[in-house]
Amino acid sequence: MIITIASGKGGTGKTTLSTNLATFLGKEAQLLDCDVEEPNAHLFLDIKWDEKQTVTAVIPEVDEEKCSHCGECGEICQFKAIAPLESTVLVFPELCHSCRGCFLVCPEDAIKEGSRELGVLETGHFNSTEFTHGRLRIGEAMAPPLIKKVKERIKPDKIAILDAPPGTSCPVVNTMMDSDYIVLVTEPTPFGLHDLKLAVGVTKKLGIPCGIVINRHGIGDNKVEQWAENQEIPVLLKIPFDRKVAEIYAEGKLLVEELPEWSGMMKDLITKIRKTVDR
Amino acid sequence: MKIAVSAQGKDLDANVDPRFGRAPYFIIIDPDTMEYEAVDNKQSLNMPQGAGVQAAMTVINQNAEVLLTGNCGPKAFRAFKAANVDVITGVKGTVKEAVEKFKRGEYKIASAPSVRSHWS
Repeated sequence: MIITIASGKGGTGKTTLSTNLATFLGKEAQLLDCDVEEPNAHLFLDIKWDEKQTVTAVIPEVDEEKCSHCGECGEICQFKAIAPLESTVLVFPELCHSCRGCFLVCPEDAIKEGSRELGVLETGHFNSTEFTHGRLRIGEAMAPPLIKKVKERIKPDKIAILDAPPGTSCPVVNTMMDSDYIVLVTEPTPFGLHDLKLAVGVTKKLGIPCGIVINRHGIGDNKVEQWAENQEIPVLLKIPFDRKVAEIYAEGKLLVEELPEWSGMMKDLITKIRKTVDR
Repeated sequence: MKIAVSAQGKDLDANVDPRFGRAPYFIIIDPDTMEYEAVDNKQSLNMPQGAGVQAAMTVINQNAEVLLTGNCGPKAFRAFKAANVDVITGVKGTVKEAVEKFKRGEYKIASAPSVRSHWS
């Protein structure tokens, strides 16, 4: 089972929920931090690292000896990552989406495989839970290829918890794809509700069932709950606005290990998700 | 000799577009005869990325030897260097004024891109 924890609005508690749910589930779960632009789940966990590998993307490399300057490669490239000129062929690695179109159309077989570093993939474990995350190379603009590499580590016999990036753009969509369930963490504020609506829109397009977790319940208003009721989207959990929670978080500790009621909350949450997924 | 000017419109009275890659037109002009042609840059305008490279290809394919524009980024600049096209940035006013100034030798050829990449 794959569960993605997403939000729309940033800073609502995705990582808090992901790390605590994965810790509660123990060896049954694996945690994958898919926010490769700013991975932070590892900060809350005592991880023993097992493996680190560099992830690259394929880019064209032109053999100028063979090139006849026909221009076919420039024609097929929708991103202008390859620019054939009369005297030379320029490659702009940062624009390349690795589609290999230029490899296919080149009549002279003048294009060879080069590579661009996307970032690193790191795996490890905490207690008996497996952990994977990606770290995007600074300056790299494309997160989805690295997110896909992180997701290749998903094991079908585990409950995979995917900590998504914030927002509703390509990295989020790539994280959500193929999930069995999406948990949307929000807060009871106008910002929280606004971005929640966008995130629910994405889950609908993907056709994946979702439920809402309201964090910092007690601040703001009850408009998130009203909206959820109108839309018939279940509110799975309300996390009360509590100074103790903020203190434990600020110390980098886990709530399931510090506050006894959190185990019950996580158990209740996973039970509700299972009921929907198994149906 | 042909020179290219990034323009907001299709004739010599149009203003020079400060943006190179996203300029709607390029005026390709022979400064000696002032005979010109407007080339549509629609192809670049519709691109989510790579507009600068596409626009540079358009200008290079018109066999222009000099480009007059407001700003030019690093990728388009690299393409112009490779194709031996001189780039002049910081150009303002109408296309006609810009070409007159060019003829009087009032511009200096840029040695580097005038703006940074959108990607870094």
